[in-house]
Amino acid sequence: MEAIISGQVFVVKDNIDTDQIIPAQFLNLVPTIHEEYEKLGSYALYGLPTELYPTRFIAPGQLDSQYSIIIGGRNFGCGSSREHAPIALGSANCHVVLAESFARIFFRNCVATGEVYPCECGERLCEVFKTGDHVTINLDQHTVKAEATGKVHAFKSLGDVRPVVDAGGIFNYARKTGMIAARK
Amino acid sequence: MDKVQGCGTLSFSLAWWLYMTLTEKILARASGKREVQAGDNVWVSADVLMTHDVCGPGTIGVFKREFGADAKVWDPKRVVIMPDHYIFTADSKSNRNVDILREFAKEQGLPYFYDVIDDPNGKWVFDAQKGPLKRQYGERYAGVCHAALPEKGHTRPGEVLFGTDSHTCMAGAFNEFSTGIGNTDAGFILGTGKLLLKVPATMHFRLEGKLAPGVMAKDVILHLIGEIGFDGATYRAMQFDGPGVASLSMDDRMTIANMAIEAGGKNGIFEFDGQTKATVDARCLLNGTKANYDPVERDGNETFYQELTIHLDQIEPTVACHPDPGQRKLAKSMGHIQLDRAYVGSCTGGKTSDFIAFARILRGKHVKIDTFGVPATPAIARDLQNTRWEDKTIWDILVEAGVRMTENPGCAACLGGPVDTFGRMNTPLKCISATNRNFPGRMGHKDSQVFLASPATVAASALTGHITDPRES
Repeated sequence: MEAIISGQVFVVKDNIDTDQIIPAQFLNLVPTIHEEYEKLGSYALYGLPTELYPTRFIAPGQLDSQYSIIIGGRNFGCGSSREHAPIALGSANCHVVLAESFARIFFRNCVATGEVYPCECGERLCEVFKTGDHVTINLDQHTVKAEATGKVHAFKSLGDVRPVVDAGGIFNYARKTGMIAARK
Repeated sequence: MDKVQGCGTLSFSLAWWLYMTLTEKILARASGKREVQAGDNVWVSADVLMTHDVCGPGTIGVFKREFGADAKVWDPKRVVIMPDHYIFTADSKSNRNVDILREFAKEQGLPYFYDVIDDPNGKWVFDAQKGPLKRQYGERYAGVCHAALPEKGHTRPGEVLFGTDSHTCMAGAFNEFSTGIGNTDAGFILGTGKLLLKVPATMHFRLEGKLAPGVMAKDVILHLIGEIGFDGATYRAMQFDGPGVASLSMDDRMTIANMAIEAGGKNGIFEFDGQTKATVDARCLLNGTKANYDPVERDGNETFYQELTIHLDQIEPTVACHPDPGQRKLAKSMGHIQLDRAYVGSCTGGKTSDFIAFARILRGKHVKIDTFGVPATPAIARDLQNTRWEDKTIWDILVEAGVRMTENPGCAACLGGPVDTFGRMNTPLKCISATNRNFPGRMGHKDSQVFLASPATVAASALTGHITDPRES
């Protein structure tokens, strides 16, 4: 993955749990079956209450989102251990979740699958940006720039997590670095 | 609750590293090390890997993709597969997912696959015509994994249990390290038997006294999550010990450990005692599972991230309000919340003792709102149908009180599930529930609201139609 990711942001607040990311009714879809992987993406963030989030992450009838970056508040991804959550976001063409903090299992699943970069900002960027803003993220410098104002905000380095997500998850990373044998 | 101290400090001792918390001791042992400290990254060997119908097919998919179509699991005796989430639904993909598990169990020769049906070559099809209440499962079906794991003799002190479900932490009641993981990590374990973990720092909860009448273990954990916050234990182990533990049954301890994840915890773990031993020994013997184990015990000089004392006798019936488990209120202050529905069930609140507390309040009365009861396991359903109070069984007492009791145990509406799931909220209702999680949409409709409470508080509220302290019933 390139270090520079540009696009529109979708902004959510605190405690976005895995039921809001991918509601339980869609867990009948198996992520390792290709068509069902695609379908999972079309339901990404479907569980956000309509009153609080009148603008939807996925436009009706679409498989992918027009927002390649999600900006969240505290405890993003709390709740269940369902790996369908980062997978739904990745399948919907989201590359980065930039949150004030993450729940543990969701963070781990982002890394294990390599579906999205889970970047922790510490700062409450969900109050700074609004849905539809254009930003540019630089993973090397761990910064996010608001295109409208040119203002740059820093986030925490991904550290050892970066190359694992770059490789597309732990299995690919382990093969690439010789930790496990290459595929025959 | 008193804050005894903040971050623990190291007392003078040349051998400080010998002092480890319960979690550290297990992870040291499971990684073949003499000692580990919070923050260490270690390769941990799994004693048991559990998966179910929602995450099992994806885990199997990862395993086959990464290790090959003909790969064998690292140890068939250590893999437990318990379909339990979307079972009693006409949704064809959900039915298919149970069939994927059956195929895999057969191909791998897994002894601990608790199938919904008896025929190893059959296909699972739920018959919607028979309705949701009458039994539709075979002899081996085990019900909700977290309640069924101990029942079937798969939880042992000192061991490491990984499960593809966040409430796997429930098994910490049995003095073991247990935590929820994703499909990819579970696929890795299926192939290797190991997982890379960061050793969590331990938060210490010392329990003192005992619960007052009308107060349940659920109130303890809801109180505690309110105290430390919905993310107050993120990346941490939660250790429960002290003189108050002895007064808590294994069911009580399971309820408390179950909800460690609702504070963000990696695991919850209880001290080992005579009750732990009696329960584990009986269940392993009865099921013919591995019966030897090595519990971990406290040193007394270990370093904790944070220490809190909980006076059990001061806890009152507690409710976690919509929209997250940290929205703590006392039940007695919430009478203004009118309810549409009441629900008792799930790993957290669907055990025999939960239904007994529920029935104690409903006995001879009638509920005012739609009320649903889903036992966690077939054995619990049988308990309720066979245990009598005078001339009536617990089951009949509940049915006569107007509770819709299903004989089909499972996760049911705790997590919403397919639209035909028993008890699922398909419209924006308000529900008081003995389950574990209440984020928006958790039990179905995304604009519905869930209030978490003990089975006693759910019962008292079902009788009045608004949130009610069970001590008033």
